[in-house]
Amino acid sequence: MNEHPEAEITLRWSEPEASYDVIIVGGGGHGLSIAYHLATRHDITSVLVVEAGYIGGGNSGRNTTVIRANYGIPEAVRFYQHSLERYRRLEEETGRAMMHDRKGLLWMAHSEAGVRRERARAAVNQAFGAETTYLEPDEIAAACPEIDLACGGGFPEVMGASFHQGATARHDRVVWALAEGAMRRGVHVAPRTAVVGLVHDGRRIVGVETSAGRIAAGIVVSAVGGNVTMLADMAGVRLPIKTHPLQAFVTNRYQHRFDPIVASGDLGFYVSQTARGQMLLGAEIDRQPSYSRGSTHDLLASLSHRAITVLPFMRDLRVLRQWTGSCDMSPDYSPIMGDTGVDGFLITTGWGTWGFKAIPAGGEFMAQRIATGVVPELMAPFSLDRFERDRTLADRGSSGTH
Amino acid sequence: MSMRVLCPHCGPRSIEEWVHGEIPVVPDTITDPDGRDIDRGYMHTNPQGAVREAWFHAFGCRRWVTVWRDTRTDEWIEPPV
Ligand SMILES: Cc1cc2nc3c(=O)[nH]c(=O)nc-3n(C[C@H](O)[C@H](O)[C@H](O)COP(=O)(O)OP(=O)(O)OC[C@H]3O[C@@H](n4cnc5c(N)ncnc54)[C@H](O)[C@@H]3O)c2cc1C
Ligand SMILES: [Zn+2]
Repeated sequence: MNEHPEAEITLRWSEPEASYDVIIVGGGGHGLSIAYHLATRHDITSVLVVEAGYIGGGNSGRNTTVIRANYGIPEAVRFYQHSLERYRRLEEETGRAMMHDRKGLLWMAHSEAGVRRERARAAVNQAFGAETTYLEPDEIAAACPEIDLACGGGFPEVMGASFHQGATARHDRVVWALAEGAMRRGVHVAPRTAVVGLVHDGRRIVGVETSAGRIAAGIVVSAVGGNVTMLADMAGVRLPIKTHPLQAFVTNRYQHRFDPIVASGDLGFYVSQTARGQMLLGAEIDRQPSYSRGSTHDLLASLSHRAITVLPFMRDLRVLRQWTGSCDMSPDYSPIMGDTGVDGFLITTGWGTWGFKAIPAGGEFMAQRIATGVVPELMAPFSLDRFERDRTLADRGSSGTH
Repeated sequence: MSMRVLCPHCGPRSIEEWVHGEIPVVPDTITDPDGRDIDRGYMHTNPQGAVREAWFHAFGCRRWVTVWRDTRTDEWIEPPV
């Protein structure tokens, strides 16, 4: 039985033409969101999205879909809060169900330093528009009785937490809805078409070489997730990005409703319950930079152990599936959007382990930059040149895991 | 799959015991001294393929080893000639 009866999504692929105003490399959430916003907000429809595999086959279809704005610095809180609010209206806007589900998010502290971090998070969130409060242990127990505040005695106890109004959404549906919305207005999407080179005219990028031939472009945008260094190399741009694997797994169904998303910075893990009742777990990135999408038993063992420390009921669940994505990690744990110093070549990267929540705002602001030439205020701090200007946006504690 | 680093002192040990150390490579094409500092501080070659790197056996003998790895497969490899 289908709980969400709706018209079938229609995705129509295109054979690339010889030339476009804008070519977007990468058919993940960010690339498709840029295309969607170019078409819907700026009436720019001479747009091609080239995707090496299938749309959403990268991190956008592999992530744990936590949507939140409880970041640690003003620039990030404002940006992600805008994106979170866009998500709340995206089903209505696109006419497509995305299983958007508002959820509370408990972020626990097991140390004095952690308590200070969560109090500071709540304060900066409130100051810049995100809904976050600080909870004492008895309030945590009331919000999520399954948590063992003593952590089994084997790990420092839970001393406090911040509580944030976040959400989750179905990742494939987000990708498909944006693709459909863009295609319906004339944007072309070409799956199974890899960009293998960029076309230069002096210092300017004027097109792409693909497995289907050369295609000219007024502007080329890189939105290729973990593969970004390859694209940047072709343009002669040096990036502060390292590609790291990030793994996740789901268990079989837990028979009770488990409401909040639970995260622990000190334990480096987070967990939420899917619409099917499965428990979905994520951790920190693998320590070695790598393009491998292999999943390891080491991660499974260590992450299970950490989860059971806080949520003993998980002991009785079984692991169903484990998988891995390739994350474009920036050194300050903030994204990188906009100009690259090479004319005709823009970039959206540094989405690391946290970019699903940013898909609506990232696409909106990149499209605005492409259409108007002006960098939107909420996007401006995240420019690539912040590193040489010594204006990095260090936010590791709050982007670390999801 | 289980990923292990070969320690000359302790034998093959789980990746969970190790800290990764990048050996930064600043391209010769960057000649400006400030440019080289920025590159060394922030930029990464992020290669797809062979990479030389150091690992610290933090939860073991606490010594460094230097190895080559293929970043596409996470296999340990011989130094390219
Ligand atoms: C396990 C895991 C859990 C995560 N959890 C969360 C979370 O809870 N919340 C959150 O906000 N974020 C999360 N993230 C991060 C989030 O998934 C990413 O930041 C986001 O999906 C990035 O979207 P993207 O469009 O930039 O990249 P991708 O979705 O990776 O898309 C890039 C696309 O480019 C294509 N491509 C690459 N090279 C080429 C080429 N040469 N030519 C053509 N196409 C090319 C790829 O095939 C791919 O489809 C998680 C990530 C992982 C891996
Ligand atoms: Zn050792």
